[in-house]
Amino acid sequence: MIDKEKSIDALRMMLNSRFFEEKTENLFKSGLIHGTTHLANGQEAAQAGLCMALEDGDWIVPTHRCHGFTICKGSWPVSMFAEMFGSRHGLAKGLGGSMHMPDKENCNLGSSAVVGSGVPLATGIAFYQKFKSSGSASFATSTAQNPKDLPPVPVQNISVAIFGDGASSRGSVHESMNLASIWKLPVLFYCENNRYGMSAPSDKMISVDQVSSRAQAYGMPGRVVDGNDFETVYNAVLEACDYIRSGNGPYLLEVMTYRFKGHSKSDRRLYRTSDEEQQWMLRDPILLFEEKMVQSGYVTPDEVTAIEEECRKGIELQAMKALKESDDKLTEQEVLGLVYATGEERS
Amino acid sequence: MTFREAIRKAMSDEMAMDRNVVLFGEDVGVYGGCFKVTEGLWKEHPDQVVDTPVSEEGFTGMAVGAAMMGLRPIVEIMYADFYTLIFDPIVNHAAKTHFMSGGQFCCPITVRLPEGSGTGHGAQHTQSPEALFLNGTGLKIVAPSNPSDAYHLLRASIRDNNPVLFFEHKLLYPVDGEISPEPVQIGKARVIGDGLDVTIIAYSHAVETALKAAELLKENGINATVVDLRTLNPLDKETIFAQVRKTGRAVLIQDPNGIGGIEAQVCAAICQDRETFASLKCQVLQFSGKDTPIPFSKDLERLTIPQAEDIAIEIGKLF
Repeated sequence: MIDKEKSIDALRMMLNSRFFEEKTENLFKSGLIHGTTHLANGQEAAQAGLCMALEDGDWIVPTHRCHGFTICKGSWPVSMFAEMFGSRHGLAKGLGGSMHMPDKENCNLGSSAVVGSGVPLATGIAFYQKFKSSGSASFATSTAQNPKDLPPVPVQNISVAIFGDGASSRGSVHESMNLASIWKLPVLFYCENNRYGMSAPSDKMISVDQVSSRAQAYGMPGRVVDGNDFETVYNAVLEACDYIRSGNGPYLLEVMTYRFKGHSKSDRRLYRTSDEEQQWMLRDPILLFEEKMVQSGYVTPDEVTAIEEECRKGIELQAMKALKESDDKLTEQEVLGLVYATGEERS
Repeated sequence: MTFREAIRKAMSDEMAMDRNVVLFGEDVGVYGGCFKVTEGLWKEHPDQVVDTPVSEEGFTGMAVGAAMMGLRPIVEIMYADFYTLIFDPIVNHAAKTHFMSGGQFCCPITVRLPEGSGTGHGAQHTQSPEALFLNGTGLKIVAPSNPSDAYHLLRASIRDNNPVLFFEHKLLYPVDGEISPEPVQIGKARVIGDGLDVTIIAYSHAVETALKAAELLKENGINATVVDLRTLNPLDKETIFAQVRKTGRAVLIQDPNGIGGIEAQVCAAICQDRETFASLKCQVLQFSGKDTPIPFSKDLERLTIPQAEDIAIEIGKLF
C-alpha cells in the first residue's frame, strides 16, 4: 500500500472528481449550464491513478470525459465551473465548455471533441519532448540510424495520449502508435476502457479481446489492469512511465473501468441492464479505496466521512464562486480577437 | 531562381535561423520530395528533415501537437489532393486551438500543398482544394504565382504564429524569376500594370493566364490592371476595391471550379462594398475551372481550365 499521505491525497483527488461531476449534473439539471457534458462517475481511480503517477512537466491530452483528469492534473475546480458557465474566468475564457478545459500551466493540452484526435496531438508533444532532450530532431531524420537500432535516449518528461475503447478503432490512433514506435517517442498510450463507446459495447466493436494486445503489432509493451483499483492503476502507470522515461519508446496501458452515468446528459442507457450497472457500482473505485485505507489503519471511517464532507463543501464553494461571476462574459470584440494569434514572436 | 528553388531556399534559410523549424513529409529526405522541392535539404540541415511513413493524418496531427509546444513544423503533403486526410488535424485542431484555449496555445505550423492540373496525373493528383479550407476559420491561406513571392511568403508563413496553408501550383515549379530583396507580408495583394479599362483578379497559376489575357487585350487597345491576390485568406480587400474602382470592370480568374470558390468570395466582397459596387460599369465576369473532376487526357485536361484566349474574347465583349 502507498503511504498514508499519498493515500489521502489520492482520496481527495477522487472525491473532488466525483463531487465535481455530481455538482455539474445538478447545475445542468437546474438549467444553469448550457450545452452538454460527459460525466466520469466511476472512473475516478483510472483518472487519479494516472495523474498521481505523473511528474511535473508531464503532459496529458484527455478525452471528452475530461473533468476528473483536469482536476487530478491540478486545475482549480472554480476555473472549470467558470468554463462551463461560459464566463471569462474559465480555463478557456468560456469559449470551450465542458469538453475543452486546456490548462497550459498544469501541462494539460485540453481534449479534442473528435474522439481519437487527441492521440496524434499527444504524440506530437512527445516528439517535442524528445526533440528537447536530444537537442534536435536527429532521432527521426533521414540521415539518422534506424532508432530501433539505437540505444535508448532517456527523457525528463513524457506525454500521455488518453483515449477510450471507442477511439481505439480510429485510424489516427493506429497511425500515432506506429509513428511513436518508429521514433521511440516518450508517449504513454492510455486506454481508459469503460466498455462502451457511447452505446456500442467494446466487445462487439473491437476485433481483439483487449485493446492492449494491439501493442504487439506496433512493437511496444501492452498491459491491461483493473482500472477501478487506484493502487493497481498507480503502480502500472509508474512502471510504464519508468519504461518510457528511460527512452525505450511508447507503452500501451489499458485500464478496465465503467462509467456509472450515461455517455452524455441525454443518454437513457437503453443498451445495458441496470443489473450490470449495479454489479459495477459494487466496485465503486472510491468505496474500494476507502475500505483499503481503513483496513491499512490510515484513517477511521469517521475520518473518511470528514474528508468527504470537506471535499464536498470545497467543490460547492467553488461552484458558487464561479456562479457569482458567471455573467462576466468576453465581449464580441475579445472573441473575434482570439481567432488568430498575433505577432511573429517565437514561442 | 526557379519557383521550386525559391521554396527550397525559403525553407533552408528559416532552418538555418531556427532549429525549431523541422520539415516532415513523405520522401522529403534523400529522395528530395516527389517534385524535387526538398532536394539536398537533408544535407544542409541533417537534423531538420524527417521522412515520414504514409500516415498523413497521423504525422500532420503530430506536427500540430508539436507546434503547440513550440516547434515550427513545415509539413509537405505530397499532393494537395490528400487534403482530405489532414482536414481533421488542420481544420478541427490547428485552426481552432488558439481560440478554443482562450489564447493559451498557438499553432505555428506551415503545410505545403503542391496542387493543380496540367500534369496529366488524373483526378486525384491534380485538384486545387484551397477553397475548401476558406471556411475553416483560423487558417491563413497563401498561393504565390512567382519565385520571389514564393520565397518571401513561405518565410513569412513559417514565422507566422498561426497555421498557414501554402499552395504551390505544380506548373509553376520550373518558372524562373528574380528574388526581390523586399520581404512580402501575408495578406497583401500585388498590382501588375496600370491599365484603366479593366481589372483582372487572379492568383497562383491563373496569374499567368491573366497576364496572357492582358497582353491579348492590349493588342486590341484594351488596357488591363492585373491583381495577384497572393494571400487568399485574409483577402486584401483594400487593394481589390481600389483597383476595381479605378477601372469599373472586374474580371475574376481561378483554375479550380467556381462553386464556393475563392473568386466567388472576391465577387461577394466587391458587391458588398458600396463604393466599389457603384463604380461598376458592367457585370463582374468570372472564369473558373469546369465543374468536373480533372480528366486525365491532355486535351480534355486543358478544356477544364480557363484559357487566356477565351477570356480575352469575353472581356472584349464588355466594351
